[in-house]
Amino acid sequence: MLKAVILIGGPQKGTRFRPLSLDTPKPLFPIAGLPLIQHHIKACKRLASCKEILIIGSYTTTTMAQFVNDMQIEYSPVIIRYLQEFTPLGTGGGLYHFRDQVRAGNPTAFFLLNGDVCADFPLEELWAFHEERPNALVTIMGTEATRQQSIHYGCMVQEPTTKAVTHYVEKPSSYISTLINCGVYVCSLQIFHTMADALQKEKTGFYSSNGQGSPPPGYMSFEQDVLSPLAGTNKLFAMQVGNWWSQVKTAGSAIYANRHYLELQPRPQRQPGHVLPHVHVHPTADVDCTAVIGPNVSVGEGVTIKAGVRIKESIVLNNATINEHALVMYSVVGQGASVGEWSRVEGTPSDPDPDKPFAKMDNVPLFNSEGRLNPSITVLGSGVVVPAERIVLNSIVLPHKQLSRSFKNEIIL
Amino acid sequence: MCGSDKKLGDIRALILVGGYGTRLRPLTLSRPKPLVEFANKPILMHQIEALVEAGVTQVILAVSYRAEDMEKELTEQVSKLGVTLTFSHETEPLGTAGPLALARELLSASPEPFFVLNSDVICEFPFKDLAKFHRSHGKEGTIVVTKVEEPSKYGVVVYKENGEIEQFVEKPQEFISNKINAGMYILNPSVLDRIKLQPTSIEKEVFPFMAKDEQLYAMELQGFWMDVGQPKDFLTGMCLYLTSLRQKNSDMLHEGDGVVGNVVIDPTATIGKGCRIGPNVTIGPNVVVEDGACIKRSTILRGACVRQHAWLDSCIVGWRSVVGRWVRMENCTVLGEDVIVKDELYINGGQVLPHKSIALSVPEPQIIM
Repeated sequence: MLKAVILIGGPQKGTRFRPLSLDTPKPLFPIAGLPLIQHHIKACKRLASCKEILIIGSYTTTTMAQFVNDMQIEYSPVIIRYLQEFTPLGTGGGLYHFRDQVRAGNPTAFFLLNGDVCADFPLEELWAFHEERPNALVTIMGTEATRQQSIHYGCMVQEPTTKAVTHYVEKPSSYISTLINCGVYVCSLQIFHTMADALQKEKTGFYSSNGQGSPPPGYMSFEQDVLSPLAGTNKLFAMQVGNWWSQVKTAGSAIYANRHYLELQPRPQRQPGHVLPHVHVHPTADVDCTAVIGPNVSVGEGVTIKAGVRIKESIVLNNATINEHALVMYSVVGQGASVGEWSRVEGTPSDPDPDKPFAKMDNVPLFNSEGRLNPSITVLGSGVVVPAERIVLNSIVLPHKQLSRSFKNEIIL
Repeated sequence: MCGSDKKLGDIRALILVGGYGTRLRPLTLSRPKPLVEFANKPILMHQIEALVEAGVTQVILAVSYRAEDMEKELTEQVSKLGVTLTFSHETEPLGTAGPLALARELLSASPEPFFVLNSDVICEFPFKDLAKFHRSHGKEGTIVVTKVEEPSKYGVVVYKENGEIEQFVEKPQEFISNKINAGMYILNPSVLDRIKLQPTSIEKEVFPFMAKDEQLYAMELQGFWMDVGQPKDFLTGMCLYLTSLRQKNSDMLHEGDGVVGNVVIDPTATIGKGCRIGPNVTIGPNVVVEDGACIKRSTILRGACVRQHAWLDSCIVGWRSVVGRWVRMENCTVLGEDVIVKDELYINGGQVLPHKSIALSVPEPQIIM
């Protein structure tokens, strides 16, 4: 029997995803029509031996209740539960805190998935790889990055024949390796012993520094406090995959992730309007037959898309309205937002450089070194109203703002 | 009344066409400026028709370049109006007065006064009144003046209540007058004695001396006036012209579904369903506007196509150009002849040279070579 743990963090995290994360917690933000972490759940469900999925985070149980309930129904008989950390404990701390829940029923091993990654999760292969190595405590799914971008991730050096990880550094300041950690693991249950030792060290550090400047007791980084020390002990392995993989940090990465998840989905038989693949339209959306939608568009529940509308490379959230002749591209249109007729809502894609092999998304900061807004995906927060015939270009509009003019390269509070 | 009209019939007119019209590029790269259509009629034809209306039978065009196709085309159009057209070619630029000296023979062939006008001016041309007023004061010349809001940007004309000009003041810092030279004059042949055949400015080197000699009068223009020599003013002038059409000649304006405000649409143009055209739009012959397009404050020239759901505000779309579907163009965008703007692009203040195909948005004003 196997289990899976999905780490989703809490409301203090995912701030780069604002204003989208102001109404919907980032783990529940819909990508290709499904909440971000439902893609993880779907991948786990594909393994017949995976019997339980534990979601760990510091969001309140009320925030997560509806989602967890829906998942239990949809993926029965797999048990799906949400475990709330009393305080953010880091990528290792929360897992260790709920170790008894993970160990219950004595699973052979468990998958550990970061909630903010998206991928064509090859869990079957990852498990087979782990099983072949009896002394492995953790197997990391790894992927190739460019030399320049690798330092933004956990970097691993691997012994070429055994695939053992001989060196691991989280976000190094200088180049280590182009093999990076994808935030997807298989862990044997003995990992909790290693974590106990790591936590003991942390605690010693906490009391010797009088509690000043140290994280709270129980805090542990899985990467720094567990993986780093395990490197070179022949208990840590990495399986390199060539599958599509990305992190979801900014709104721009949501559009990128949307495209890939849409490509992985089977195409529905019939869709309203004129559709250029790949597109997800919720069955309750009202799409005029003269609208042209796609590629890479997700349209949520109760959305109204009127005559002559053009949408591409965008996510339109529940109950939004796009009026006649409007164009929406490289944008996220928030819940209940409306775009006036002949208006143009346009952002700038931040896709990885297609000419560079293994290039990942550059999650560029909001502002450049001159203090100017970096052009990115346009985001209309929930309830935003764009009047007719305006343009909103490379801008971020906070929820419930009624715009009265055009905006370019601005954050509208 | 009849008698005086007959007398007017002897009047000749000289139009200062000048050079290549670089200020109206990229349109003038394909067509000489006088032939660029303003409200579906070549700029020059607005002036010639008004002159003909005032009884002018001979028009002299002072040009500084040879354009045989222009001469041919204009001669053809003008012959229908029963007026003869003469081209006076400068071999070197002669300014605004030199061309009069060059055409001295034609202009002094009769003792009657003649009209002189700058080719970029669009207004309710007052030629009949101008001739009448000129004869009434009996002096050598009369210039038409127009009121402007910000006189400090121009040279202003100071004149007495009876019209006699006292002085010209270049870019006055303190308010002295809000009337400027409107670029239209009537002059007696004797004025030619004041001009040598060399580069000369009529505004700076002729008029001030005539004023000193108490030989120059001003007549104030009624209604709108615009120098349409550059795209921004071309569009402003078009709005003023259409407003004036509404008052004077409203049957030339188009009415119908989806038409808002003052709009001129050539009968050979086709307009799709669900469009919104206007206010202040002129659409030329054989233009196709597809379904769901919105056009405001723009000129669409002959044979152009505006495709579905495009949105245009303050644009000039050149001959046979194609504006793609869901394109947004604004802020004085000018497409030269035969430009293609691909679907879904945004063009903000782009000046696009002829025969260009645009595949990338132009988010900031820019010239596209």
